[in-house]
Amino acid sequence: MLDDYYRQYGLVLLLMGAAFAVPLSMILFSRMAQIVRIRPNKPNEVKSDIYECGMETIGGRWVQFNFRYYLFALLFLIFDVTAIFIYPWAITLRSLGGGALLVMLAFLAILGVGWAYAWRKGAFEWR
Amino acid sequence: MESPFDRNGLFSGLYGFFADLTPESFAWLAYLLAGVVVVFIVINGVMLLTAFETYMERRVLGRFQTRLGPNRVGPFGLLQPFADVFKLLIKEDLRPAMADRLTFFLAPVLMVAAILLVAAVVPFGPNTFLADLNIGVLFIVGIPTIATVAMFLGGWGSGNRFALLGAARAVAMLISYEVPMIVSLAGVLLLAGSMSLVDVVEAQRLPFIVLQPLGFFVFLVAASAEMNRSPFDLMEAESELTAGFHTEFSGIRFGLLQLAEFGELVIISAVLAVIFVSGWQNPFVSPDYAQWLPGQLWFLLKLVFFLLLFTWIRATLPRMRVDQVMAFAWKALFPLAIINTLVTAVLVVAWPEPEYGQLWIMAAINWAVAIACLVLFSRFLERHRERPTASVQLVEIPAEAS
Repeated sequence: MLDDYYRQYGLVLLLMGAAFAVPLSMILFSRMAQIVRIRPNKPNEVKSDIYECGMETIGGRWVQFNFRYYLFALLFLIFDVTAIFIYPWAITLRSLGGGALLVMLAFLAILGVGWAYAWRKGAFEWR
Repeated sequence: MESPFDRNGLFSGLYGFFADLTPESFAWLAYLLAGVVVVFIVINGVMLLTAFETYMERRVLGRFQTRLGPNRVGPFGLLQPFADVFKLLIKEDLRPAMADRLTFFLAPVLMVAAILLVAAVVPFGPNTFLADLNIGVLFIVGIPTIATVAMFLGGWGSGNRFALLGAARAVAMLISYEVPMIVSLAGVLLLAGSMSLVDVVEAQRLPFIVLQPLGFFVFLVAASAEMNRSPFDLMEAESELTAGFHTEFSGIRFGLLQLAEFGELVIISAVLAVIFVSGWQNPFVSPDYAQWLPGQLWFLLKLVFFLLLFTWIRATLPRMRVDQVMAFAWKALFPLAIINTLVTAVLVVAWPEPEYGQLWIMAAINWAVAIACLVLFSRFLERHRERPTASVQLVEIPAEAS
């Protein structure tokens, strides 16, 4: 019955509500402990400065740094899409038979060429 | 077509109980109450196991390092996690003046929520689970990724350079290991023919660790990178980045981040137990015969075994270098996962409905492939290793200086 599938997602939604309620209630409880003065709250300038091993912070809070991993992000996009192809294929392979295996081999061969190219170009190195 | 609730004995039992109590037209109330009870059980189970895991990890790690570990609070120190939580609740909660309020607040909440949400599809025993989604495996690899987003929110939002660098590293590493983790589960899906985790458990006439040694290895390594466990915990490398993305968090927010970290460990152990060592089934006796122990207990035993395994790995292996970690994911784990998928696919096409004996032949082939691949890959990578480019200048020390 299709209806029951939606009902299962209703249960997952219920768990999601609870999963957000648990950390929020813990923060709220801690907040309430502050109101009844169990938890101290005396921020001052030194305390609310950011931690840099005892040095005073120089310059702004966000620094520019070499964003090395845009290549990894691109690779991730490419290869993560494979998962979307592989998962349905993996489930139905038993009924699809050998032809589907050949198709997937062709797909992975093309992917493999791209992978070898990325290796050759040094995209996998963290420099 | 059978309803998915037929297999969910825990929920249907509770639903029947509440449906008797409430009037006929309030069926939704019975549904809601039964759902709330199951959600309560699931969340408390995960939280208690997490508390137990922090205690166990500290005790076992203490044994590994020939010290005692926490043993003062309660018998054998068993109440230590509760004391920790209580202490963190009443600690001062600092927010740096430079922090971005919204992201700083959102990061711990989102992280814990994402981890707890994964428990929705994990079957804790026969007929004991919240929901049996037909996309269970996709749910398991997809939802923890939200924790990565939360990690970056926290690192960016705290306005600290160390935290920002740690978060950037974390994201780069997590997306690198996401790919082999996803592909390594394809072999399991091939054998099970379904993405529902209950079907995956019931398909395991032999535990999939026997049939999928390579997939298990890749998943174990990628998962321990996904949850920043020890050989891959370089986003919190103390000596380089103070504490990584959670440098600025204190009080209960820090506690929540720790809860998320250890909770992910518990969840991943549960997933490993379900997918690779046949979940609630007795591994020694075929499911048709009488079982020695209830299924939930078997599941718990397997889960604790994996927790111990992760602790052991943490105590044994040193931290990897950041460039090694990146190259390892793409050069070794990803091709290994693809090879595993292809070999399994060929075997599945050859024997669509394997006999028990044929399963053992499949296992033998898979083990041979796994060992050959691991040996060849380690040789190959050893030969083509990138050595660090910085050179060391030797300085002559005058003899009289000593």
